[in-house]
Amino acid sequence: MSRLNVAMALVLVVCALAVIQAQHRSRTYFVELERLKKEARALEEQWGQLQLEQGTWANPARVDALARTRVGLVAATQERIHVETEREETRTGAP
Amino acid sequence: MNYHSRKLLKLNLAPWRMATVGGLLLSGLVLVAGRALYLQGLNTDYLQGKGDAVANRNLTLPAHRGQVSDRHGQLLAISTPVESLWARPADLVLSAGQRVQLAKVLGVSPQELAITLARKTRGEFSVRRPVTPEQAVKIAAMGVPGLHLRREFRRYYPAGEVAAHVVGFTNVDDLGQEGVERAYQDWLAGREGQRHILRDRRGNTIRDLAPIKTAQMGGNLALALDLKIQYLAHRELAAAIKTHKAKGGSVVVLDAKTGEILALANQPIFNPNNRRNYKPGPMRNRAVIDTFEPGSTIKPFVAAAVLERGLFHPDSVIQTPETWRVGAKLVRDVHPHPQMTVSEIIQKSSNVGAVKLAMSLTPQQYWEVLHRSGFGELPGSGFPGETAGRLRDASTWKPVEHATMAYGYGLSVSLLQLTRAYMAFANDGEVMPLSFLKREPQEIAGVRVFSPSVAREVRAMMEAVTQEGGTGLRTRVPGYRVAGKTGTAHKLVDGRYAADRYLSSFVGMAPASNPRLIIGVVIDEPSDGVYYGGSVAGPVFAQVMAASLRQLALPPDAPETATRVTQNSLSVRGGV
Repeated sequence: MSRLNVAMALVLVVCALAVIQAQHRSRTYFVELERLKKEARALEEQWGQLQLEQGTWANPARVDALARTRVGLVAATQERIHVETEREETRTGAP
Repeated sequence: MNYHSRKLLKLNLAPWRMATVGGLLLSGLVLVAGRALYLQGLNTDYLQGKGDAVANRNLTLPAHRGQVSDRHGQLLAISTPVESLWARPADLVLSAGQRVQLAKVLGVSPQELAITLARKTRGEFSVRRPVTPEQAVKIAAMGVPGLHLRREFRRYYPAGEVAAHVVGFTNVDDLGQEGVERAYQDWLAGREGQRHILRDRRGNTIRDLAPIKTAQMGGNLALALDLKIQYLAHRELAAAIKTHKAKGGSVVVLDAKTGEILALANQPIFNPNNRRNYKPGPMRNRAVIDTFEPGSTIKPFVAAAVLERGLFHPDSVIQTPETWRVGAKLVRDVHPHPQMTVSEIIQKSSNVGAVKLAMSLTPQQYWEVLHRSGFGELPGSGFPGETAGRLRDASTWKPVEHATMAYGYGLSVSLLQLTRAYMAFANDGEVMPLSFLKREPQEIAGVRVFSPSVAREVRAMMEAVTQEGGTGLRTRVPGYRVAGKTGTAHKLVDGRYAADRYLSSFVGMAPASNPRLIIGVVIDEPSDGVYYGGSVAGPVFAQVMAASLRQLALPPDAPETATRVTQNSLSVRGGV
């Protein structure tokens, strides 16, 4: 009887240690999770700022001005536009 | 041996001393027990609160407002977190050196800063809202007591004034004030979440004490707007307003097949990123909110009404004297022709002809066609403040009104409403419901306004407007067939029609063989001597239409017409 009691006491101690271990691990993971969540939020904010930046660079007014001044693009005039009505045939015959 | 017998060891205490010591010890015990009872039992809430205040935290989980983008995903509005600088005057301790440094960081003079900070307020006030990320780092490093940075979301509009009237804007509390921001406030707004957590000494979150109320981020919105077309409309309108020294104007571009609003531009404009100059005038979305008398742009509906009843054919000939009397009113044509066909009445925009056509109908019949086309009814775009215009009941019409109604006086419309009504001619008689939001083709059910044959006949008449002999020669688009109608209306000023103030308009569609786009243009008070709709609004239409058709890569339906009538605005302006 007393031997069983000793065994049970040992099991109890092991279980108690396991609980401590599990609790500790849960806390570490939780802290890690919190950190990652924070990081995710920060990245999301950064993504928003990058989108904003992209939107600002791609502003049509800016693209329009740059296309004209820096690259020197002009809108094609009517006589310079060639419409290919039957695409397949013209493609094979085209140089 | 008996100790008691020893005299020296005999305890010789007075009984009162025993009592005093015993009493003191007992009262000490009572004191401690009482204190313990007080702390543990009676004052526990307060102390528990103190303890929780150290370790427990209620966190507000921020939720940002949803994004607004155009149909291709280009951003039109986005909320992004920024730091703002707040001061609490009660705690503010700022040395002279720090003051100079702070002024330098903020880019103001130390005097200006002193004035800002000297404000007498209880609580807090914002010193700078927002500060740039670089400024935030420097200010945080200074660590001035009473100054702190606060994180908040700010709304940015990357497209700026180009799409300002459609997108609208929010106020400092992130509530939509105008436009789409207001119309879809509930959808766009985020809902903040709550978290109750336990923290350790180092400030790490250890566990949640209550179930997390997750933050609901605002929903994103894809508008029907095409930012490129929107920009073109904005640019051409602004250019026209400048050349014609006009007071204002609007352009609406509709997708004829789906009823989507691809572009909607107004002048004057405002910058939604700058809330400081808060003037209501330029913020108004004129195309949706303002009404005007449509003038001749109403005539296609007269033609449709008489064709529908079988009273005339497009080629029926009508006597059109220079003037025609209805009651006390003398209707006059600017460019008279003794006789015209119904088509020519539309093509040359004859008032006398239109009146004669309209008078062949009863007021009720004419009203019914206008009503069916959406006049006097809300256009149903869902835009805040959208107007229904004005169309009085036919039973109240006097004959004179019946006549003036034939050339667009006596009723009022918004540009959006008028452009929407033209969808009936563009889409073989069917009008699609308007939408500021992008939508899938299968979710649309149109309303039949005219029969397909009537719609096509009127469209053919409107195509003649842009051909030799018509009023809209400057509305041509090289490579495409264009149909439309010009309008020039005298403005109503103080209850009288001003002889020298005009509204020039043009509503048209292309490619006329199977219209895909409808564009409505109205220019308010052009004052450089030119005022006919075909000459003022027409070129804006042609420019926007040409660029939009190219943008959508629609195949030309009139490749052989190498028209030189509409010059490219870019070459005209000498390559801006």
